[in-house]
Amino acid sequence: MKKIHVLPAALLGLTLTASAFASEGPTGVQGPVVLPAAVQALPVEQAILTSPPHVPPPIARKHNARVVVNLEVREVVMKIADGAEYTFWTYGGSVPGSFIRIREGDIVEFTLNNHPSSKLPHNIDLHAVTGPGGGAASTFTAPGHGSKFTFKALNPGLYVYHCATAPVPMHIGNGMYGLILVEPKDGLPPVDKEFYVMQGEFYTQGTFGAPGLQNFDMAKSIDEHPTYVLFNGAVGSLVGDKALAAAVGERVRIYFGVGGPNLTSSFHVIGEIFDKVWPEGGMRYVQEHVQTTMIPSGGAAIVEFKLDVPGTYVLVDHSLSRAFNKGALGMLKASGPEDRVIYSGKEIDAVYFGSQAEAGTDSSKREAELKEKIAAEMRANPAIAGLTKEVQFERGKQTYMASCFACHLPDGKGMANVFPPLAGSDFLKADRDRAIRIVLKGLTGPVTVNGVAYNSAMPPQPLTDEQVADVLTFVTNSWGNAGEPYTVDDVRRVKNEAH
Amino acid sequence: MNSITRSLRIALALASAVAGRCEAVDASVGMQSIPTGAYVPVQRSTQDPESVPVAAFRLDERPVTNADFLAFVTAVPKWRRSAVSPLFADASYLGHWAGDLEPGARAPADAPVVRVSWFAARAYARWAGKRLPTTAEWELAAAAGYTTPAGKNEPAFNRDLYAWLARPVPDILPSVATARATLHGVRGLHGLVWEWVDDFNTAMVTGESRADTGLERDLFCGAGAAGAKDTSDYAAFMRSALRSSLQANNTTTSLGFRCASSLP
Repeated sequence: MKKIHVLPAALLGLTLTASAFASEGPTGVQGPVVLPAAVQALPVEQAILTSPPHVPPPIARKHNARVVVNLEVREVVMKIADGAEYTFWTYGGSVPGSFIRIREGDIVEFTLNNHPSSKLPHNIDLHAVTGPGGGAASTFTAPGHGSKFTFKALNPGLYVYHCATAPVPMHIGNGMYGLILVEPKDGLPPVDKEFYVMQGEFYTQGTFGAPGLQNFDMAKSIDEHPTYVLFNGAVGSLVGDKALAAAVGERVRIYFGVGGPNLTSSFHVIGEIFDKVWPEGGMRYVQEHVQTTMIPSGGAAIVEFKLDVPGTYVLVDHSLSRAFNKGALGMLKASGPEDRVIYSGKEIDAVYFGSQAEAGTDSSKREAELKEKIAAEMRANPAIAGLTKEVQFERGKQTYMASCFACHLPDGKGMANVFPPLAGSDFLKADRDRAIRIVLKGLTGPVTVNGVAYNSAMPPQPLTDEQVADVLTFVTNSWGNAGEPYTVDDVRRVKNEAH
Repeated sequence: MNSITRSLRIALALASAVAGRCEAVDASVGMQSIPTGAYVPVQRSTQDPESVPVAAFRLDERPVTNADFLAFVTAVPKWRRSAVSPLFADASYLGHWAGDLEPGARAPADAPVVRVSWFAARAYARWAGKRLPTTAEWELAAAAGYTTPAGKNEPAFNRDLYAWLARPVPDILPSVATARATLHGVRGLHGLVWEWVDDFNTAMVTGESRADTGLERDLFCGAGAAGAKDTSDYAAFMRSALRSSLQANNTTTSLGFRCASSLP
């Protein structure tokens, strides 16, 4: 076992007082980089950071700059679903974190501040950074501290950034990711609207929608069984009055990223075809006319489309259980005039008879009308509606064999001392209304049937009024029993009686 | 090792003599015996042993409170907020206290003291005639659950642990009495505050720098799992990450300490 000499090392860190951070930063602080005169001469600008779904404005300048980025880590409790909260770990207070937009060749002076109220250290790995860890080691920051490093944006593209502090799946799984766009030197083609959407999954100890403050579930995370798969960190973050909004005729661009920590997204907008996709966030190739684009965990893509007709377009992960059961659903509402040549809307709603008739023909329509007329007359006419005893008996038999036979047995004799008989039962015969009541509400406690005492429990039967009338007609006319048929009206009268 | 222990004892004796007292604090907090065991680091380099034997020792049954720390700064003025050297405590040292000798409403007497540096914690321990536990000792004690030596296999223990990790730091910390005692009769190793250990920066001082030591020293991203023993012990990763983010003069809103002592 070797003894560690902590004190000299700690003091060594303290002797590096070259910058504001050197006296408090992690060991390995190297002091400010000495930039060449040409770089120092570049204009300095403060990066505009936006929270989702907003995107900073396109970069207009045609030269490079020294871009100052100040990003703050905060651990905050926010809504994950209606009635459910979660402690998110955030870059800039939102999930995903602030959108950063720079230009290829820019020098980025990046400061990560970890809010004093944080429980944990955090850092940032920007996939746009060329260098070990993507900045992770250089930005590893204790609560209540700040770390600075500088990088040159060598490659254009849309890049994910995320926390890379162990246990990484938990830091990412709590919302620590975002996008940084490095615009190519020539910029991106202008569009009318730009949006920022990121998918990530959350592993909570409660089920989907379980109320209250939810805890992270380590086992679900390791098994990759998320409770929530979300766009922009909450169920409904892009729904209703928070839906993305654009107008017909506008070109829309979505910067879409996947934070993960584990799942790949099959990103799809229902009812739209992406005119252009920059797959995997790269700037070299543009794919056209894409229905669904696959975006890996820790990856991004740019999609673009023109809105031709108005309506609500639904953003989903086309692994659809995630959309329907885990929250991966957003909306883009397009306002403007209809174009019924491109999309007519519903033109016809007609009765369909399948193989029985040619749909839409005049004869089939007449046939349908006639059938409906007959059905209505049958419902209205008591002579027809009140079925004969024989028909009721047959239907009642089916109900009996489905619901009653298990205890009272197919021959109606019941089980000795446990379930009373129905065949030849004086108890059954004595009170017609009581029989209805028992079927509807069940019967518990002592009864005497044909001189034998029973003390058992029959549950209420979940039958329709018609089934109750039918089954009692069957029972009172089987195994030697004989009686008047029960009607639906009898059943209803008993059902409505005062208690 | 023996010579170091001896010099530590001498230093302790000196510190106690300088402080002019050494019994009052001992009386204010009970200690529990932690039996001999082995600590299995969650992260280690290829040169490190898989498991570290830990001799039986004594550990404070609860973290040091604001009241305890008030007694310390009352007795040793150089550790008061207004007097402390910035070399030994950063600007937020005891920042939530109302004054030098007045913890105030945001630092209840029975709540664990936080916003203390490693230097301050160590000075307190010397003054109290004790020392800080090592990482191995602290982790060995903290591995015990409520009823068994391996808390990570106790569902109730894990639930409480992750519930605490999932919550932000409250503005006002709860009383140390709120923490449930574990098998060894020790409270609040989890669920109250993080705690300093004597060798918190082990991972940093053995190598030249993080970047030079390669994957097995690197805590970041997937690389963090490269030298890991049990990658499913997320709480241990979090403690390890926290310790390696710290400098000895750092203070945070959720970082306190407790003392230990060796058995004779």
